[in-house]
Amino acid sequence: MSDERDVIYYYDGTFDGLMCCVFESYLKKEIPLDITAHGSDQLSLSEIKFIETNTIRSERVIRGISKKISEEALLFIKYAFLTCAPNKDVLILDYIRKGLLYGRKIEKMLADDTVNLLNKAVYDLTNESHLFKGFIRFSDSGGYLSAVISPKNKVIPLLADHFVDRLRNEKFFIYDKSHRMALVYFDNKAEIMENIDFEMPDADEREKDFRMLWREFYDTIEISERRNPRCRMNNMPKRFWENMTEMNRSDAYTGSVRSISENNYPMIR
Amino acid sequence: MELSEKLRILSDSAKYDAACTSSGTERRGTGGEGMGNTFAGGICHSFAGDGRCISLLKILMTNYCLFDCKYCVNRRSNDVPRARFTPSEIADLTIEFYRRNYIEGLFLSSGIIQSPDHTCEQMIETLSILRSKYDFRGYIHAKAIPGAAPELINRLGVLADRISVNIELPSQKSLAKLAPDKSKNSILLPMGHISEKIMENKYEIVKYKSAPKFAPAGQSTQMVIGATPDTDLQILRLSEAMYKKYSLKRVFYSAYVPVGDQKLLPPAGTKPPLLREHRLYQADWLIRFYGFRAEEILDETHQDLDPMLDPKCNWAIHHPECFPVEINSADYEMLLRVPGIGVRSAQRIVTARRYAKLDYNDLKKLGIVLKRAIYFILCGGKRMDGLIVTKEGVIRQLMSECAVKENENKSFSDMQISFFDDKNIFPTLEDRVKCLTREM
Ligand code: SF4
Repeated sequence: MSDERDVIYYYDGTFDGLMCCVFESYLKKEIPLDITAHGSDQLSLSEIKFIETNTIRSERVIRGISKKISEEALLFIKYAFLTCAPNKDVLILDYIRKGLLYGRKIEKMLADDTVNLLNKAVYDLTNESHLFKGFIRFSDSGGYLSAVISPKNKVIPLLADHFVDRLRNEKFFIYDKSHRMALVYFDNKAEIMENIDFEMPDADEREKDFRMLWREFYDTIEISERRNPRCRMNNMPKRFWENMTEMNRSDAYTGSVRSISENNYPMIR
Repeated sequence: MELSEKLRILSDSAKYDAACTSSGTERRGTGGEGMGNTFAGGICHSFAGDGRCISLLKILMTNYCLFDCKYCVNRRSNDVPRARFTPSEIADLTIEFYRRNYIEGLFLSSGIIQSPDHTCEQMIETLSILRSKYDFRGYIHAKAIPGAAPELINRLGVLADRISVNIELPSQKSLAKLAPDKSKNSILLPMGHISEKIMENKYEIVKYKSAPKFAPAGQSTQMVIGATPDTDLQILRLSEAMYKKYSLKRVFYSAYVPVGDQKLLPPAGTKPPLLREHRLYQADWLIRFYGFRAEEILDETHQDLDPMLDPKCNWAIHHPECFPVEINSADYEMLLRVPGIGVRSAQRIVTARRYAKLDYNDLKKLGIVLKRAIYFILCGGKRMDGLIVTKEGVIRQLMSECAVKENENKSFSDMQISFFDDKNIFPTLEDRVKCLTREM
């Protein structure tokens, strides 16, 4: 039987790192008070352990989960890891411990607090990533499409497949400002990068034209007799607006667009 | 004319079509030379100031029209600026909007120019440019032009994901009065034709994998609400019949917004009946997903939906013999009939109760909203502690719940408040409570 111990695990913030925390917890038969990725300066009265990331250990844990619980549970844990749930690391440890005890039944134990909290967090993650499938706005600069988002959860891994399939013959870049990570798709290869900075380039004339046309469409399609800002806000909360062409008009461009067919499309080769 | 002005004119005249969904078909883009895919659940790309989802570039090819349908902004006799897009302008605009992820695809409709056939050919040309030249695999919804030749509708259907023919008015009388150039047949024939093609195509695809798909996201239609004296019962009966006969995917309801003063129609300035439209969507939902029949929701003595109660609550209070139901044993269909329990909640209950007997606390954890449900359920044979159930109390509670929910909720708005304030239109809550209590 493992005991709750007055100890805090610090790890490097990677999924493998967290799996090593799980390994440590089993090895020492202890349940840490907290697990955290940001080694903060906060004076802590608990003992602190730095957990090394070691892929041999993490792979053992991962294999254990998929064998003794299920593949679905492993995927669920990977998703849970991307959420912004407070204490997600401790919850994931608890989920794995319970899962190893009860087997795949854990997935359906919706009345259990840990399962319930993680379920909600994962629901929030998948929901947010679904919203971004619609709300992301690309700008074209010289044939490259780039977009900036500010999500609560780390949604990029969930968006990759969708946008790569959709824009398979384009070159594009999606930057997550909140977590400083990005999806880069170039020469038909996709990659997720972390710890990077990015500034959106200024729009050229052609790009400005399309922003204007889109805003024109957006404003016109509203039926003014049905105006309902609250309903809009519920469906498309304000936190998304900053990065949406039609909602953020700080680069407002006025004029009119004569025609768009002078240029060829970069996709037609 | 400049492109931006054309876009303004031709989206302005398309905006009254309620359909903007991009759902109903899943198609990967893999291997294609162009761009695009579709997602079965559809994707909303933005929400307009009126709260409606924007998923597709919704435009007309042209708003010139030979016909004179009284309820339509584009009718021949209406004095509005007119414009016309070329097929390649529409295709280019669609592609550029799509690349920037503004939209999920195109919703193309048109006023009737020269002849229904000619109009339909123009639409086919636009869609062909998108599908062939650009290998565009995103979503396309095309409006079938009433009166166009069946071969043309067939070609349109192979290019589009969804096809719609708008019936617009729920009775023959209204149709004759307000759409003099259209007949019941010019609408129902293409609807029947499309539904046959969709069925045929299902067999073809099973036989030959490579057979081109015909409108894989199915067929939909729209009815205008509040332009004519037709009742909700007439509307729902027609919807139910069309769902059955033509296997429609969706019927959309569009609250009538007066487009200029006309003798036969509500005068300019009349507010669109948004609450009624909302109730119809709720009732339609019950028919499609909850196993209700139109005749269960309304009958000859109650021909219109109650403005103050959603149709499910309304059904429940008129059927006290069916309640309360035991959460731990009631079958799925019955759980679905409990006010406040939706498809997701019912599924969660059925899953969770296999592992543990559920009490009220567990229901809360499952995320089930009990506010309305408590009056209709038992957990382990017991009512919730301290709950007192009187007919009148329940009705009063449900009504204020409905009002609160609709005020907060995504589907409803500030308009609601003014609806309830208007004593002339609706009786006060207390009067309605008394009236319903007597009825039961
Ligand atoms: S045919 Fe269509 S566009 Fe023309 S007036 Fe009738 S509804 Fe309007």
